Parts: sequence; structure tokens; C-alpha cells
Amino acid sequence: MAEEKFRPVKRPRVPMPEQDPRERIGNFREVPFGYTPEMAVQEAERCLGCKTRECVAGCPVEVDIPGMVALIRQGKFIEAYRVVRQTNSLPAICGRVCPQEEQCEVRCLLGKKGEPLAIGRLERFVADYAMQQGLAAIERPACSNGRVAIVGSGPAGLTAAGDLVKLGYQVTIFEALHAPGGVLMYGIPEFRLPKAIVQAEVDLLLAMGVKLCLNVVVGRTITVDELVAEGYQAVFLGTGAGLPMFMDIPGETLNGVYSANEFLTRTNLMKAYLFPEHDTPIKVGRRVAVVGGGNVAMDAVRCAIRLGAEEGIIVYRRSEAEMPARKEEIHHAADEGVIFRTLTNPVRIVGDERGWVKGLECIRMELGEPDASGRRRPIPIPGSEFMMEVDTVVMALGTSPNPIIHQTTPGLEANRRGCIVADEETGLTTRPGVYAGGDAVTGAATVILAMGAGKRAAAAIHRQLQEG
Amino acid sequence: MAGTGPFEGWDTVRCPYKRFGGSVCLLTSHEMGDQISMYRIVERRDLTPVTKLFRVEAPLVARKAQAGQFVIVRVREQGERIPLTIAAFDREAGTITVVVQEVGLTSALVCRLQEGEGFFDFVGPLGRPAEPLLVGEGRVVTVGGGFGVAPVLPIAAILRERGVHVTSIIGARTQDLLILEEEMAAVSDELLVATDDGSRGTHGFVTDVLRRLIDEGSRIDQVIAIGPMAMMRAVAEVTRAPGIPTLVSVDPIMVDGTGMCGACRLTVAGKVKFACVDGPLFDAHQVDFDEQLRRGKMYADDEKRALHAWRCGGVT
Repeated sequence: MAEEKFRPVKRPRVPMPEQDPRERIGNFREVPFGYTPEMAVQEAERCLGCKTRECVAGCPVEVDIPGMVALIRQGKFIEAYRVVRQTNSLPAICGRVCPQEEQCEVRCLLGKKGEPLAIGRLERFVADYAMQQGLAAIERPACSNGRVAIVGSGPAGLTAAGDLVKLGYQVTIFEALHAPGGVLMYGIPEFRLPKAIVQAEVDLLLAMGVKLCLNVVVGRTITVDELVAEGYQAVFLGTGAGLPMFMDIPGETLNGVYSANEFLTRTNLMKAYLFPEHDTPIKVGRRVAVVGGGNVAMDAVRCAIRLGAEEGIIVYRRSEAEMPARKEEIHHAADEGVIFRTLTNPVRIVGDERGWVKGLECIRMELGEPDASGRRRPIPIPGSEFMMEVDTVVMALGTSPNPIIHQTTPGLEANRRGCIVADEETGLTTRPGVYAGGDAVTGAATVILAMGAGKRAAAAIHRQLQEG
Repeated sequence: MAGTGPFEGWDTVRCPYKRFGGSVCLLTSHEMGDQISMYRIVERRDLTPVTKLFRVEAPLVARKAQAGQFVIVRVREQGERIPLTIAAFDREAGTITVVVQEVGLTSALVCRLQEGEGFFDFVGPLGRPAEPLLVGEGRVVTVGGGFGVAPVLPIAAILRERGVHVTSIIGARTQDLLILEEEMAAVSDELLVATDDGSRGTHGFVTDVLRRLIDEGSRIDQVIAIGPMAMMRAVAEVTRAPGIPTLVSVDPIMVDGTGMCGACRLTVAGKVKFACVDGPLFDAHQVDFDEQLRRGKMYADDEKRALHAWRCGGVT
């Protein structure tokens, strides 16, 4: 791109307007409103245009961030969008849910002295802008290179599909649920990622020629072997997270105990917040305890508040500093009145005479020596047990991979934790022609890491099919 | 690529994608049409005033379905996902048969569907098949209570085919609620009927008949019981003392049904199991039925509210 002369403008990071916490706890509408074109230009003007392009190196899908920013600065928003889309099939989603503070933004030179460039907000802006302009202008590539099956329409699968269709493959995505998007649909709440955005990104892939088959559970409805026999030259498994983990403490099957997966699926995919206009109910109660400190826990507790809980409580065994959730999510939750009970670990869920949750017995913890994860290990303080009065308990402790594919695909190895074994660089599994990526391989991680895996697998599939 | 091997006819199978205004996809992907397909009902039978049988066009599910498995269905755009146990399958015709009893809103909506109409979503087959769990010889007693007779049917058929002597006990509150008697007779060496009010067969519960068989001293190698949770619990109690291996098919509340949400968990032999991927058939003597009875009622008030709202609103 032609470098025009510019001088970076020194100004603080342009804030993104958002819904007032007092208002937003009563609805599921998106919290941040996004930049206006003026705000986007002002923020883009802060970019130093440095030669090291550290931000690009920090991006799992290597978006040409400086190129995007330069075009935004010139007001060429659609062109900026096209630059992003060259390497990122889902920019409207990444602009919202990527942990930019650990990826591109953490490496930004501006961050050394002040606040880094708001790369995520800019990415979101160009994607939203292009969508509003009706970006169906994406052309449909010729498909002549062969057929690839993608299993699962979450971030890994959608990314692999987008890259492969651009490379000229006939791509079919098989999705087990009745709607595409995987965790983007069932897991991440509407107020953080509007479902219309997910649908628009999926529709765009369909417009490019990707085929989507809903209600097909690979491993049950069709096996991987049958997909290969049917003429798919490569198969990518992006089957995502599986069964929720529980703590193995008494009372976990009481009425009113949920896994975060169930609580979020009822709320997001099934729209229980619109019950009875939508048919799926959910039990929330007055006081909701969410056990865990990750993004999923924050999503669950913020849903609980919006579903009418008077108190949403995060129960986490380490301190706030060790919480794996994004800082931004923790702040949003705190703004919405979520109570944080850190250094606290459940020992037992107590039920009433009808078998419904009435309390969560917890023990206080202190931090000891660092453990294998490098974080200080939480140790129970003897005799510090106390009872927390709650109506609902949501366990957000991670998941173990879904066993169906592994059980039904001969030659596909999984590790001890049940994750599919795949080459880190290519995603190739122990079964020739079969690739995998995302949570199915890594266990619970982030949307963008799954997208990165989908991207690398797509490139590897392309190499394999070209070399024959 | 169509018409090769086991995928013959795939090009006629459409996956609906109408909710997002997007394109409709054909599974063999060499053709895209704009026709919206549903999982069409080719036959509907009113088994009782509240129990309906549906034979549904779902060739992909029918191709793989086995006795003991289930499907997850939705009836409308805003509908919930509910599991239905497979009562029969016809691979050639590409159909799956399910039997539904009206209890809550969704089952009421299903029961209103007519021939030619269809399900909004119909996915499966899910869960583990019964076949590996069944004995290969000797004598088996199958017990079906209420609309639970339907999923017993294909299991009895497998046993019969293996040359196992099949005694079937079917029961209901009253004669009018008894279903699939002829069909059960056709796959059983002996069919016994019980009704709570004595309007047909033995006056009493299916467990009374089962206890009598056991007391008569005839050897029973396995019992398979499917029906209301309270009935299955009672069967488990009857067969526990004589130590007769007993299988039950649990039907907990499910959401995704594919091993993701964990709604369907139950305690079996003191361990948490998930009915959708570990079941739905379990060793009856190890299942915590009281817990399941309680969990089954978790949304009872919501179900009433939804049913009431629907009846009063008159909307479909």
C-alpha cells in the first residue's frame, strides 16, 4: 500500500460508548455501542505506523493491522475491511471477543508510555461498517480444487471453511445443532456478541459458496469414514468443547445446579430470556453463585443478572489476579453489580427438603507456592467453612472433549484428557487426511486460538491436496 | 458424487437453513435449490386420545438408527429441543417412528402435527444402541409402561431375532391408554397385559405381573423396562433381590443431546453419567431414580405456565 505522509496524533485512546450498567442489567442488548466513523478515524490517527509491525506478529490469524489502520485514517473503511478479511473470515466477531490485550494490543508501541491503539475496536468498526453497507459484494470463488468436509460450525470450522472456499475448494460444513456458530451461538451471550452478527458472518460464507448442513452429528448421523468414502478429500474436525466438568462434591445433581454450558445454551441458543415467547425455560432464582473465574463464568453471571437474579456471585478459589477471564469482562461484571468471592472454594451444595438448592457451603483459601500452571496454588484454610445462601449454582469449570468422534473414528488418537491428538502446525491428526483444531484439540481456549488453528489446518489441507 | 455406496439418495436430502434467510443446502452439495424442506410426517396414528405415533421422513437418521437410540426434535422456530426415543426405523423408506404423549407444551405442539406437516428439526440417532447390552440367549422379559411400550418394541424385536424367548409385559392406567398391543404380540413369544383399573388383562401394575413370573420360578436372564420413572424404579426393586440383570432407558431433560450441556446427568453407581452419550440405557440397579424423579420436575411450573400461555393466547 502506498505510504502517504502522516504524523501520528497524540491523544488519549478514544473511548467506546457503552450502555449504562444500570440500564443494561435489564436487557440482553450489546453493551458497547462501537465507534462512529469519526471516532474510528481519531483513534486510527494515534497509530505510530512503526516498522516493526509487532501487532501483526501478536495476531493468531496475522491480520495486516497497520494496513487496516492506515485505510481507516484515510476514511477508506470498506478497503480497510477487505484488508482484514484477507486473513480473517470473521472480523465482526474477533473485534468483539478477541483478547486483544494479550495479543495485538499488548505489543503496540503506544502501550509503552500510554494506552495501546484500540485495534479490536477498529476491527469491529470496519466489520460493522461493511455489514451496514451490504458487503455481499464479496465474490464467489470458482470451486474446482476438490471437496473438504468441516465438522462443526464454530470459530475453528468457520475459519477453515472461509479460507478453503477462497482457495477454490467445495466446502461443506456439518453442524450438530439447529443453528450454525457453535460457541458463538450457544456460549457467548447476545450482549457480548449479537447473534445477528454471527448469522451475518455465516451468511457471508454461504454467499461465497460454503454449504452448511445442520442437524448432522458426525460420528452418529455420518461417520468420518463415510465422509471420506463419499469423496471428501480432507476432513477438518472443529467439534469444540464437550461435556462440562463438575467438582465431584455432594449436591451437584440437586435441582438448581447447572453447568455453565447448559445455563448459557438455554439462555443464548434457546433464548430462555424470552420465555414463554420462546419455549425453553431456565431457573434463575434470587441469588446465583457461579463457580469459576474464566470468561465463561463472567458470561454466566452476567446472564444471571439479566435474567433477574438480585445477586450474582462469582466464587473463585484463587485471587482476582489469577482469574483467567479478560480484565474487561471482569470490569463489566463488576460494573453490573456482580459480587466477587475470591479465595473461596465450594465444598458442598445443600438442598432443601424438595431437593432444590438452598445453599453453597464454601471454604476460604489462601495462596501457597506456585503450581504447574505458574499460578500460586490455593490451599484451604482449615475450619473456615461457611454457608452462602443461594438458589442457583452454575459450575463454570471447563469441559472435557466430546467423546463421540473419537469413539467412532478408527485410527483417530486422543490423549489422556480425551483431546484429539493433532500436529500443532498443521492440525493433522493420527488419521491421514483428517485434521483437527480448536477446543477439540486444546481443551477449552479462546475463539481466536480456535480460528488460528482452523486457519493453519486450511493451509495444510491446501498443501496436501495440491501436492496430492 | 451422488448415488455412490451407502449414500445413495443423499442428493434428495435437504438441510433446512430457512431461519437466517440463507441458502438451503443439499447434502451432496453438487446442487443448491431454494426449496425449504422439513422432516415430513408421512404417517400419523392416534394411539390413544393423548398418545400419537408419527412416522417421519429422516433418511439420514433412519440409515443409522438402532434400537435404544433417540432423536432430538424441535417443532417450531422458537421451540425447545426435546428427546424422543426411536420406536421403529425403516432404512429403505428412510423413516423414523416416534411415539409422543401430550404432557407439556412441546409435546402438545407435536401432537397437533398432521400428515404432510413436518418437524422443524430432527437430529440423530443419538445415544448408545441397545444391541450390545442385550443377552444373546435364554429368556428375557420386556416391560413397557404407558408410551414407554414404543421404545421397547424394537428391542424386543432384536431379542426375538436372536432366538431369545421374549415375554413382554405392557401396561397402562386403563385399557384406552394401552398402546401397540398387536405390534408387541408380534415380536413376543408371550404377551401379558396389566391395567391399573383392571379394564384389560391383569388388574394391577406391570410389576405385579413381573413379580408373579419371578415367583413362578421360571428362569429370567434379563429384564428390560421402559416407561415412567416411577415404574422403572419399581421394576428395579422387583428384580434386585433375585439379582436379575435389568436395563432401563432413562429420559431426563436434555438441551443439546449431543454431549455438550450436561443437563441430562444422572447418578449411576455413585458416579455422574450423561444420558445422551453414556446412555440412555443403564443398569437399573445402579440408577438413582429418586434423583431422576426430582430432576424431571425441575421445570414443572414453567411447563404449566407455557402451556397455559399457549392455550390462552391461541397462537401456534
